[in-house]
Amino acid sequence: MKYVLLVFGMGLVTYLPRMLPIVFLNNINLGSFWQNFLRFIPYAALGALIFPGILYSTGNVDSAVCGGLVSLLLAIVRVNITLVVLGGIAGVYLWNLIM
Amino acid sequence: MSNDPSNDSQQGLWTFVVEGIRAAIPIAVGYLPIGITFGLLARAADIPTYITMLMSLVIFAGASQFVGINLIALGSNCGEILVTTFVINLRHLLMSASLAPRIEPGYSKGWLSLMSFGITDETFTVASTHTAQHLKPEFLLGLNLLAFTTWNIATWIGLFLAAGIPAAVKTSMGIALYVMFIGLLAPACRHFRAALFIALAAMLVHSVLYYLPFAAAMAAGLKIVCSTVIAALLGAMFFPGEEDEF
Repeated sequence: MKYVLLVFGMGLVTYLPRMLPIVFLNNINLGSFWQNFLRFIPYAALGALIFPGILYSTGNVDSAVCGGLVSLLLAIVRVNITLVVLGGIAGVYLWNLIM
Repeated sequence: MSNDPSNDSQQGLWTFVVEGIRAAIPIAVGYLPIGITFGLLARAADIPTYITMLMSLVIFAGASQFVGINLIALGSNCGEILVTTFVINLRHLLMSASLAPRIEPGYSKGWLSLMSFGITDETFTVASTHTAQHLKPEFLLGLNLLAFTTWNIATWIGLFLAAGIPAAVKTSMGIALYVMFIGLLAPACRHFRAALFIALAAMLVHSVLYYLPFAAAMAAGLKIVCSTVIAALLGAMFFPGEEDEF
């Protein structure tokens, strides 16, 4: 029972940061600097999420670099994103298989 | 859907839901191995099965849940666990704020608070790089629905069919979400010079916080928040006139 309450508490502190801005900033007009700031958040977040975390995602930096490069190449030649993901997984798998 | 202010037919709304579900397919591919791993680790940490399932249902945030079972297994007190969970997910504050102005105006607060439950790193990045000018809540509903369902099913699979996936494939799948982020970032960088600059700046700042000892005490989630804020601020300073390029 203690765990059930804890899990609902964790759910609540996870939910509030998701909910408050979207509900209360939806109709607010910000200045152009802050508008740009919010619009740039996705690219900044993507960068911070990708690196350096990707290097340690497979338990082996070399295979992670291999998978990352395969995906980067696929992304640059504009294949579908599901294939980018599968290509990255295959890159890691093959590296581990061969090396 | 009674709160929908637009004149779309019911069928038109369904096409947005389906579009959202399709956009979530790469997320589902990435969530499967992570959800399975979560189920496995929770079982290994002797967390009761119903607690593990409840976590994926009401928390729906990978980092929080992994840290949560870790802290529970270590016997940490509830206050500590709640504070850590909160800090780890503070970055969603930024993501939610960034999505807010892009959602089609006129929807009720009830709709918005329902949609916001599904904000994760992955659903956020897919939604925010979506090319439509205004995001339809129906699109977000479809996106969140597949992501959430996959996450929960994967948790159950991890709990019950532990030995199913060969270890070699599972470790390889650890990279899935990261390469999805690459796949989302690349087209944005092609169309928009500032995106590349900002993403590289965020990688650099995050590396500094990650590797240099002065930030060792910072929680992992806080490092991501700081890197994101600093890089987006730099972007807003260096590219003041780019707001029309999206």
